[in-house]
Amino acid sequence: MKHLRGIPELGVDGIVRILNLADHMVEVNRRPVPKVPALVGRTVVSLFFEDSTRTRISFETAAKRLSADTMTFSVSTSSVNKGESLRDTIETVGAMGVAAFVVRHKTSGVPWQVSQWTDASVINAGDGWHQHPTQALLDCHTIRTELGRPAAVDCLAGLRIAIVGDVRHSRVARSDIQAFTALGARVVVVAPRTLLPPEVHTWPVEVTSDLDSVIADVDVLYMLRMQRERMNEALVPDLGEYSNRFGLDRARSARLRDECLVMHPGPMNRGVEMVVDPAELRRSVITRQVSNGVAVRMAVLFDVLGDSNPEVAS
Amino acid sequence: MNARAVNTLNIVGGRIVDSTTDANGRLADLHIVDGRIALIVETGEALPPADSVLDASNAVVSPGFVDLHTHLREPGREESETIETGSRAAALGGFTAVVAMPNTDPAQDSRAVVEFVREQGRRAGLCEVVPSGCITVGRAGEQLVSYAELMKSGVTLFTDDGNGVQDPLLMRRAFEYSSDLGITMAQHCEVSRLTTGAVMHEGSCCSHLGLPGWPAIAEELMVHRDIELVRITGGRLHVLHVSTARSVELIRAAKADGLPVTAEVTPHHFTLDDESLRSFDPVFKVNPPLRTMADIEALKAGLRDGTIDAIATDHAPHADHLKEQPLDAAPPGMLGLETAFALAVGELGMDLRSVLACLSWNPARIAGIDDRHGRPVAVGEPANLAVLDPGVTWTVDRNRLASKSRNTPYQGRSVTGRVRHTVLNGRAVVIDHVAQR
Repeated sequence: MKHLRGIPELGVDGIVRILNLADHMVEVNRRPVPKVPALVGRTVVSLFFEDSTRTRISFETAAKRLSADTMTFSVSTSSVNKGESLRDTIETVGAMGVAAFVVRHKTSGVPWQVSQWTDASVINAGDGWHQHPTQALLDCHTIRTELGRPAAVDCLAGLRIAIVGDVRHSRVARSDIQAFTALGARVVVVAPRTLLPPEVHTWPVEVTSDLDSVIADVDVLYMLRMQRERMNEALVPDLGEYSNRFGLDRARSARLRDECLVMHPGPMNRGVEMVVDPAELRRSVITRQVSNGVAVRMAVLFDVLGDSNPEVAS
Repeated sequence: MNARAVNTLNIVGGRIVDSTTDANGRLADLHIVDGRIALIVETGEALPPADSVLDASNAVVSPGFVDLHTHLREPGREESETIETGSRAAALGGFTAVVAMPNTDPAQDSRAVVEFVREQGRRAGLCEVVPSGCITVGRAGEQLVSYAELMKSGVTLFTDDGNGVQDPLLMRRAFEYSSDLGITMAQHCEVSRLTTGAVMHEGSCCSHLGLPGWPAIAEELMVHRDIELVRITGGRLHVLHVSTARSVELIRAAKADGLPVTAEVTPHHFTLDDESLRSFDPVFKVNPPLRTMADIEALKAGLRDGTIDAIATDHAPHADHLKEQPLDAAPPGMLGLETAFALAVGELGMDLRSVLACLSWNPARIAGIDDRHGRPVAVGEPANLAVLDPGVTWTVDRNRLASKSRNTPYQGRSVTGRVRHTVLNGRAVVIDHVAQR
């Protein structure tokens, strides 16, 4: 695989390949010295046009554990707009000899544009409201390992997953829905109409605005972050009403099935979508998502840049 | 000896199609003297000798095209286009007149700027550049422009194109004040509160791509508002770049009510849909955005039944470095002048004469220049003509266009219909696809 820009172009076979590699990387990470020489001499540049310390550190940790050289190119969009085009930026950095760009941008499509202007591989670390494929992969990995299922094309079959919150503006939701359904899960999105994407009937999901009608009947409850600036766009009346209708509070968490996983891509808005302390939940896997993120990103970097033989990563 | 040089031109072998002929036209040869058609004879009959002769065999001789919607970028954004380069693109596209949109810097809201644009067009000498004027000062939507003053410089079409006039009171006053001046308000219909940050059509494609959507209703609300304002004020409305099926219905109903409303559609809106954005290439970002196949069918039906009067290019050049940006930062707009005829004749499925009506005499009337453009090809008429090969196929190459910019959405596309020669005021400004200046 040359690039990882989105879940659709990865396909179900690609997802399973990454999940298998991720198992291997989890094992590497358990070693006393969690480092292998798989990507020695390769340079991975984090090109972050939007602040995201967590995702950037996760990628850089993954790259270092594979012995790649890492560089960070943090760009505030304002400085880029002063005369230099996006293409100029890519060609300038690319000229330094880059094996892969890890790209985060507030605008959908930038990883596809970047890949037109460089020979390097492009890994999407989140573009606009569009895709966040490594998040979706680490979410799939987390669900199937927590449920003890092997990496396979139907490893989420039979599961019903609720994704709750601002689906319209969520790249996590778009990538997760594509990945979960590709692996056999059914997805129900729970949000007011204002936070659903246009033409949501063309998505492969059930839709409801009534969280209480589904909460006792799901295997995974995936809470999305509710951004405060949505208040200014008349998308919801106020955060209190949002929290009352769509927040996970004690009463709702008491109705969850015993084995239901609770997930969140972070950072959490405590008191908004996450009213209950996640530590009180029976099966919150939110911190597990973060630790799995490193292994999954190692798997992605290896798949994109490494020798096709996974034994090299031993 | 004559006191002055007489300029003569013969056009031989062609078939004339104009507003007075039937769809088949008639075979004839033309003799042009000092900018006017002096003699028309049967094909092959003797003509007086001329300084130059244009071969029109197997071709159609038509009144030159008139573009109601051209962004020439001068003054202010000469890195993307100048009046000279834009005029050259126009001439190569068969246009003998283009209406220059007023979103220049400074904007075309004063006689000084308007006269500058017209004069630069004259200097380029490739087509007539007809300046439009702003509806509001600086296109800021706050204060009416001195319409009667700009009329002294020949301006009859007023628009804030790029912006719709948001304030309903101001627009009512603009229609009222202009209602007895014989001028036209050309509206860019977009309720901007509904399109903040929008990059593409709001629909299932934008939903999957996670791009902010530009809903059809943002156009239709303003089309409806302005039609109703025309109904109570007696003003005259031209709807720029109609893009949605519902807008076509609203305009059709307004015309049925006898209101003075006209409309245009661009070639890109009837040939490309929102799926183009799946490439994330900003060359496909345009305002209003590319819509759906259902909208395309409605626009074509509107052209066929006369609801839409004109095909206009919305030629909007942008230098490469401006388009090589993320989709939200890249400016909207695409080139159009050099591909308009091919897309109109090749993709609409309309007879040639109906296409020429939409490219020539209808827009000439809307622009108020039908005393000299879009005229019948007849003795005594000004010789502003295009010689066309409707059946010739060619491939669009962004590097071979005359525009200073290269942002055509048709790169590499094979299209049918080509402009062979263009004649402006009796002089051949394009001969065999080559601009003569």
